[in-house]
Amino acid sequence: MLQKAFYVLVRIVVLFLLGLNVRRKELLPTRGPAIIVANHNSHLDTMVLMALMPLSRLKDIKPVAAADYFFSSPVKAWVSEHVLGIIPVERGGTRGAKDPLQGCYDALDEGKVLILFPEGSRGEPEQMTDLKKGVSYLAERCPQAPAVPVFTHGLGKALPRGSFLLVPFFCDIFVGKPITWEGNRTQFMNTLRDRFAALSTEKTFAPWE
Amino acid sequence: MTFQLQTLHWALIGIWGLLAVASMIVYAISRRSPETMSELVARTRSWWVMVAIFTISFLVSNTLSIVVFALVSFLALKEYFSMIPTRRADRRVLFWAYLAIPVQYFWVYDGYYGMFAVFIPVYMFLFLPFASLLTQQTEGFLKAVGTLNWGLMLCVFSVSHAAFLLILPPTDANSAGGAGLLLFLIFLTQFNDVAQYTWGKLLGRHKIVPGVSPNKTWEGFLGGVATTFVLALVTAPLVTPFDMAHAAMAGLLIPVAGFIGDVTVSALKRDLGVKDTGSLIPGHGGILDRIDSLTYTAPLFFHFTRYFYY
Repeated sequence: MLQKAFYVLVRIVVLFLLGLNVRRKELLPTRGPAIIVANHNSHLDTMVLMALMPLSRLKDIKPVAAADYFFSSPVKAWVSEHVLGIIPVERGGTRGAKDPLQGCYDALDEGKVLILFPEGSRGEPEQMTDLKKGVSYLAERCPQAPAVPVFTHGLGKALPRGSFLLVPFFCDIFVGKPITWEGNRTQFMNTLRDRFAALSTEKTFAPWE
Repeated sequence: MTFQLQTLHWALIGIWGLLAVASMIVYAISRRSPETMSELVARTRSWWVMVAIFTISFLVSNTLSIVVFALVSFLALKEYFSMIPTRRADRRVLFWAYLAIPVQYFWVYDGYYGMFAVFIPVYMFLFLPFASLLTQQTEGFLKAVGTLNWGLMLCVFSVSHAAFLLILPPTDANSAGGAGLLLFLIFLTQFNDVAQYTWGKLLGRHKIVPGVSPNKTWEGFLGGVATTFVLALVTAPLVTPFDMAHAAMAGLLIPVAGFIGDVTVSALKRDLGVKDTGSLIPGHGGILDRIDSLTYTAPLFFHFTRYFYY
């Protein structure tokens, strides 16, 4: 309920203040198990992807986010879990016996849609960094879940890391064809990189420095 | 009062009728070759939506119409800022530029002509470079200040002149008042776009500005001017205070200025290497593609009217 109310508000902000140009929205999975793999430039990334989902599906869409950031205080943790519906992941590899991706495996087994940012951090806005391999472990463990690459542009201009001032820009959301698991992690990561390379050159973006 | 409403109502009914006829023609053409005409069909559909929004806001109140124009300015400025090169350091400056929109349209709502006329060309013009220098980043300063100011003038200052027409009171010669003038301006500007396009498609041979817009022809331009001119003479007595001579002048001013506005935005797009300014209006492109002519006709027509009649 709280989540729905929150995302109705988000929807208004995202669609009115920003304005989205979505290509191939029909490829965006609204039912799981599936993994949405997106580049990361801004806190708005998750908001926008959630805003593209039907309200009734929101409870099954789970953004995967860094535990050290989103669960760093009790208030943050409560909001992250109950309003944003985040699945926490420990950054920096395995510390201890438990697989850091266990929460993701469970969610996929329950037929949820995960939103994953394999760059691991928002980093410098509008610059893609190398993709971390975690997503390929997910694909291997849950081969029935297609991985759908989504390239976004402009959200880092509107609200970059370290800023609280939202400046309106039209944003591009390019959804790519789903990648299915073919038995090899390296190959999976290469395909993913190729997809992102293709999506990010679909349009010439205005320079921003 | 009753008579005033009736004239405007009839004018609106006329526009809806024209749109219905145009849609039937498009429908007939599209049945012959459905694939090549899909864009024309989308464009016609978008016209219905735009005319509906305009009609509703027009009928509800002046205030709502002013708000709608402010939104149009916002969308156009956002499109402009999204397609031009900008500097990360200038995010705050862009934010100030956006804030100028509600302020400018408040002057319109308030009927404060003096402030309306100077706020952007004087105060924002002086303020934006100052706000930009506070970033202490001088590389690209000139380009940033120049492009931001031009966008603000084009998308906000120019377009707000259309809204200011609404504030003009009825006169003895024109019971329809500012609302009639606005209807006259918007209708002729948009009709002229379509007329120039249609004449160009039918007869176009000699290119007029091939370096900027290869699809524009002398035949399209002159055909559009002639059609709009005739339509101006016919409709001016209904909704404007113009006598025949002034109606004729307005009938030339609007199509010529509209053409210049159109090719000016074309030059901008060509420089940036984009085909459309956005994808907000199916079949048309962005909102700036739709109001490019209006950015020139609105201020020129406003001052023409103000000079001779107010």
